[in-house]
Amino acid sequence: MTLRDVVQIVDGTVLCGEDNLGREVHLGFASDLMSDVLTLLADDILLITGLSNNQAIRTAEMSDILQILFVRNKRPTKTMLDLAKEHGITVITTPYSMFRSSGLLFSKGLQPVY
Amino acid sequence: MHVSFQVQAGDFSNAGKVSSTVKGILKQLNLGPVHVKRIIVALYEAEVNVVAHSYGGTITCEVEPESVDILVCDTGPGIPDLDLAMTEGWSTATTEVREMGFGAGMGLANIRKNTDRLAIDTGEGKPTKIHMCFDLANGAAHA
Repeated sequence: MTLRDVVQIVDGTVLCGEDNLGREVHLGFASDLMSDVLTLLADDILLITGLSNNQAIRTAEMSDILQILFVRNKRPTKTMLDLAKEHGITVITTPYSMFRSSGLLFSKGLQPVY
Repeated sequence: MHVSFQVQAGDFSNAGKVSSTVKGILKQLNLGPVHVKRIIVALYEAEVNVVAHSYGGTITCEVEPESVDILVCDTGPGIPDLDLAMTEGWSTATTEVREMGFGAGMGLANIRKNTDRLAIDTGEGKPTKIHMCFDLANGAAHA
């Protein structure tokens, strides 16, 4: 699915990286544990997290993950968004929970990593 | 190529800056994405460990055509039981570290998984030195 599809499915708001909404993403990984994210070999991943701090963006950068969905209306700081923009990371926020977001995206075809 | 950086203890807002800089250097040097990823994941875990668990330290990287050597040295307080610390799930992380998304006891295991050779010199009350070596001598070395 495209990032535009992701936004539509989770009733999301794009906070940065609007130019990349046509980009395809095939895998989803939901975690607040950044060391767990760092174990992933794939990079074609939508990171779904409730952890809204610099390390979420840094971890995505280190893992070559180019899209993050923050759940439960978590609002990244300007510093976080600047960091995301610097590394071409699209940031989306949704009012839905991690469980609901993951379930909806899975049901529409986003594949699990494991 | 040789580069060296200081890492401040407890500076969580800047944790990852060194790894980000090194990643840029490795990409500029045209290392392949597979190598860049495992080097940077190991380095980032080590950098976060210095910020989270030590009194501060230095990171030194040597990039050669066939290998990358990274030395992460802190000024203490050391790891009393290294075997225990290498066990996945074992952690002494503070609440602050856990709130940053780390401290689940996976850092050293992640470092070991991504390095070709790993040497750790530590002990209670001692500095910790982590020497990570990455071989580039295979087909995936360059993009």
